[in-house]
Amino acid sequence: MDWYPLYNSLRIAAISTVLIFFLGLFAAYYVAKLPRLVKGVLDVVLTLPLVLPPTVVGYFLLRILGPKRVVGLWFLNTFDIKLTMVWYSAVFASAVVAFPLMYRTARGAFESFDPNLAYAAQTLGRSNTWIFWRVRLPACKQGIIAGAVLSFARALGEYGATSMIAGYTPGRTATISTTVYQLWRTGDDAAAYRWVLVNIAISAAVLLTVNLLERKDRTARKQMAVPFEEVV
Amino acid sequence: MSLLVDLEKDFGSFSLKVSFETEGGTLGLLGASGCGKSMTLKCIAGIVTPDRGRIVLDGRTLFDHEKHIDLPPQQRGVGYLFQNYALFPTMTVEQNILSGMDRKLSKSVRRQRLEELLARFFLTGLERRRPAQLSGGQQQRVALARILASQPKALLLDEPFSALDSYLKWQVELELMEVLDQFEGPTLFVTHNRDEVYHFCSHVCVLEGGRSQPMEPVETLFRAPATLSSCLLSGCKNVSRARRAGDTSVEALDWGVTLECTGPIPADLSHIGVRAHLFRPAPQAEENAIPCRVLRVIDNVFTMVVMLATPGGATGFSRLRLELEKEAWAALGNPDTLFLHAQPQDILLLRDPH
Repeated sequence: MDWYPLYNSLRIAAISTVLIFFLGLFAAYYVAKLPRLVKGVLDVVLTLPLVLPPTVVGYFLLRILGPKRVVGLWFLNTFDIKLTMVWYSAVFASAVVAFPLMYRTARGAFESFDPNLAYAAQTLGRSNTWIFWRVRLPACKQGIIAGAVLSFARALGEYGATSMIAGYTPGRTATISTTVYQLWRTGDDAAAYRWVLVNIAISAAVLLTVNLLERKDRTARKQMAVPFEEVV
Repeated sequence: MSLLVDLEKDFGSFSLKVSFETEGGTLGLLGASGCGKSMTLKCIAGIVTPDRGRIVLDGRTLFDHEKHIDLPPQQRGVGYLFQNYALFPTMTVEQNILSGMDRKLSKSVRRQRLEELLARFFLTGLERRRPAQLSGGQQQRVALARILASQPKALLLDEPFSALDSYLKWQVELELMEVLDQFEGPTLFVTHNRDEVYHFCSHVCVLEGGRSQPMEPVETLFRAPATLSSCLLSGCKNVSRARRAGDTSVEALDWGVTLECTGPIPADLSHIGVRAHLFRPAPQAEENAIPCRVLRVIDNVFTMVVMLATPGGATGFSRLRLELEKEAWAALGNPDTLFLHAQPQDILLLRDPH
């Protein structure tokens, strides 16, 4: 069995999760501070990929990143880099599709954050950056981890937009999801079934890890032991 | 050591207009909930920006609308004790206190300060606990230690006892008194509780509907409150609308009687008040009495509470509430009518600027 699709899927999901993690976090943080009208509009735009069919997302991506389109052409001319039909094209697809999951869960967590904690830290002389990393983020940790893991799971399962922008080239752009489709189409039912099982196993493992992490986090919080040096 | 506050802020349906100046010591900000007490503290701390006015602490301008000065909270040097203490939930007691310290200090100095604060606030042994594992009183001590770790020039206390069970309160009150005794800068103490003002403050500023009334010594608030709202906030519940009837007499409209008082009567007199314990009940009418009908007698644990209807009617301000020792009530012989006597000097002459 050729394991390339597994390796490719995992690296695509991992890279897009890292991207989404920071983008989603900062989008959530700054959108929450905006005036109501702007917030409403931006919120719709940022959440749209969640409800659009992945083919629509794929269509938009092709229109922007395609070799004859603005961004795609510029990259091709300037860096001699193709943005479509290569393995990392799938990163764009899965990042866009999974982004709203990170953004929305992080925003929900930030909204339930007690603003007095930030005010208290400010009156104690702490910078807003410190407050973000040391108070707000840890207090919202559960929601943020949940968002990241959901994004990872969604990125791993991305099919529609990926197949449009990265296509299916065995050993190059093949991911688990495109492989399953290709194998089923060519009638290799047994191989398709094997990849289905692999996919289910990974997804279950991811979700199990989250649950374990959360439980560990809860018990650690009860016992607690951070030495003085790590505090400052 | 002084704090000058003079600010205005418009919130649409509500507007805040507060001014006072304190020379150290503890100043109480007394008002019902929603009168703008917490908002005033937020403006002083720099969390909310006022529309107009200025705030000066020890000659240092924290905010001046005209000069376009608006220091961020980080640079104001104002310690803020929040109603819910606002301890960082993911940090330990130790980390919380350290988060208040200036990071320019060397690690050994910080360590030493931490030990001092832990000892002073009886937190030794609790260093590694999280806020959720502490009692309400302990949480307040951590919050105070964290504030003092930041070496503030002024303290703002927002309803410091509202998050505590009442049986815990007296102990925590004593602890806070000690902290305030040792603190040199000005302290603002926000509360709706007259007892707390009496225990903690030398002066008090009454807030009503976002407006501050002139600052006054605490004794004045309790002995001779000048306005209806200060009278009610100081715990006097027996008030009546009133108008001048003579040089030393007032007509109590809700009570339906004319009473002698000591002048001079203010031109804009609107109400009078008499503290419940200064009413002398008697079965017969003598001078300066309100004839009352007994509406209801409520049997309390140690006292009797008597609800009385005055000649002015039987609703709202017209009703009077009298609390008596059980023996005293028995000595009166469970009467149907009762005369409440007030000494002329005990009648509080009140204005209602709103």
